[in-house]
Amino acid sequence: MPDALLPDALLLAAPVAVPLALAATYPALGWRPATAWAGLASPAAVLACAGALATEVPSGGPATAYGGLLRADALTVWILLGIGAVGALACAASPAHLAAERTDPVSARRYGLLVHLFLAAMALATLTANLGVLWVAVEAATIVTAFLVGHRRTRAGVEAAWKYVVICSVGIALAFLGTVLVYFAARHAGIPEAHALDWPTLAAHADRLDPHTLRLGTSLAILGFGTKAGLVPLHAWLPDAYSQAPAPVSALMSGVLLAVSFTAVLRHKVIADAAVGTGFARALLLAVALLTLALAAALLLAQRDYKRMLAYSSMEHMSLIALAAAVGTHLATAALLLHMAGHGLAKAVAFCSSGHFAQLTPTTRIGRIRGLLGRAPVLGTTFALAVAALLGLPPFSLFASELAIARAGFTAGLGWAVALALVLMLAAFAALTSRSTRMLLGTPPGNPAPVRFGASVWLPLVAGLLACAALGVTTAPLTSLLDAAASIGGH
Amino acid sequence: MDPGLYTQLLDLACGAFLLAAVLVLWRRELASFIRVFTAQGLALAAIAALLGAREHRWDLLGVAVLIALLRAALLPYLMRRALTAGGETHETEPLVNVTASLLTAAVLTLLAYAATRPLTDLAPSSATRALPIGLAVVLIGFFTLATRRRALSQVVGFLLVDNGITAVAFLAASGVPLIVELGVSFDVLFAVLVLQVLTTRMRAAFGGTDLDDLRELHD
Repeated sequence: MPDALLPDALLLAAPVAVPLALAATYPALGWRPATAWAGLASPAAVLACAGALATEVPSGGPATAYGGLLRADALTVWILLGIGAVGALACAASPAHLAAERTDPVSARRYGLLVHLFLAAMALATLTANLGVLWVAVEAATIVTAFLVGHRRTRAGVEAAWKYVVICSVGIALAFLGTVLVYFAARHAGIPEAHALDWPTLAAHADRLDPHTLRLGTSLAILGFGTKAGLVPLHAWLPDAYSQAPAPVSALMSGVLLAVSFTAVLRHKVIADAAVGTGFARALLLAVALLTLALAAALLLAQRDYKRMLAYSSMEHMSLIALAAAVGTHLATAALLLHMAGHGLAKAVAFCSSGHFAQLTPTTRIGRIRGLLGRAPVLGTTFALAVAALLGLPPFSLFASELAIARAGFTAGLGWAVALALVLMLAAFAALTSRSTRMLLGTPPGNPAPVRFGASVWLPLVAGLLACAALGVTTAPLTSLLDAAASIGGH
Repeated sequence: MDPGLYTQLLDLACGAFLLAAVLVLWRRELASFIRVFTAQGLALAAIAALLGAREHRWDLLGVAVLIALLRAALLPYLMRRALTAGGETHETEPLVNVTASLLTAAVLTLLAYAATRPLTDLAPSSATRALPIGLAVVLIGFFTLATRRRALSQVVGFLLVDNGITAVAFLAASGVPLIVELGVSFDVLFAVLVLQVLTTRMRAAFGGTDLDDLRELHD
């Protein structure tokens, strides 16, 4: 790009390098007000680079650097924008959260280090064109978040961290086996070693790959990366990890980890669609999506803990995204990407708001919490609006994307699946509504005075809600990017 | 290298590799898990070295040394340290008894042969014909993870899965590119370190590493 202000090499490396550099400052300088707020520099760098790439990639084609190791196409840029936005919300919420939890300096320092390492790993997983490096980055993200999940060294914290590491590492091992099989198919098709895991090469030559090997490889990759995206059968880590991790980390896992992992599924699906036809990945994703949705709806109905409620709501939304991927048309893929962004923002606001509820009430039991709106008017409102967004109410973007997924499903002849999904979503809707209203309305026990929070607490949350609503009204500045990204993932 | 000798040595290494996985299901002392795992790491390194010698690729011999250092020296050392710190010596009664476990291992091995038929047919050679062994070890690793109740046994199960996948990568395509191999090795090392720290915390919080005690979180 001759007219670009910054070279591609810098734009592609900075989203990984800046969080890495910031991560290194925490062990050196510790967690103080200044370094805590400086943490916003990493999501800012990700957003800035993604913004710059968003202006050139849709028209000028993918940007590559470092011998094709890093590559940004429209899909990459879209996910990178999501990482930046959710990362900014989580980093902005972190100082207040750690202060409220009275975290000791050593734990706070480790928190800063690990959160930024996580952002670097996620940016690398998004930016790399090599399926092997993608796997390494996703597994690295699992490892760095283990101690964030086990942040509190209680029995529940240790249990959640253990389950998280074991289930995710094993699930992701399946994805590695899938990657190895794809590599084997590519080598057998005569693709040289240096390019045999290169996604653009594989996508371009997919018709030469052996279909039997690729079927096995793709199933393993979908199940493996599906583990980290919260899809059945290896989803059991998700509610435990979300309920034990600090609220900003739950926001990051919900908005960033799930989206990046599902993008890995999407990348493998593109290769499989071209090599063995669209029916194979569609059948697998449909089964996974409907099972996940049924499970999430059932457990939402029975839920008594609000953090776990938000976790199962994440599974519900990921299953919708998987359903859209199964449909696989251009409209469905655009809706899927919009849904990912909207869900990431809304869930981040919901988690970050609920993180402060711990100061108002020691319990996370829904039945024992009343009148949050009266006790903390501003945070109660942001939580209520985030839940409204998650329920798919307008003007938030999830309304538009859910509608588009349903329409795409009916057009593609998958009406039965969409109808079944709608029934299950109705159950989830009812469960989420009744439990949230119970927590928000009514008079709190003992009638305590309302608690006021500073602007640094609620301003990022309001910004997140505004962004989610703006995406629901119009995708105007990003329409061409979304369109180009949907052309990559869809058919 | 003489093709006949190469095939025999490769089959011998693969046989030892599978036998080690089966022994994990058989033994009950945690210390013998570590010895068996060390032997398996050496067998895996031998597979890589044989392929390197066969194809005259020095980089593969380097990878074989790396594998031997990581999987037959460093990881066993870490596990032994975790074991001496804990003072537990035996696996508790597993969910599935030893006889049934061994029979399951046989069934899983047959399953691995059936599942990898298309791959073996695609490029028949003495290496790809041994490929089902790798998948069998992956499946036995999963089985160990699902049925054994000590923290260390689960770590060994996870490492069996990982060894199996590495073996599949070598036997199918002479290993993944070096950058990926290095990344995977670091990930495995850090995963084991994290699990070791979590085991220590588990012992502090629960007074032992019996995974049946992990029942704080449920719906």
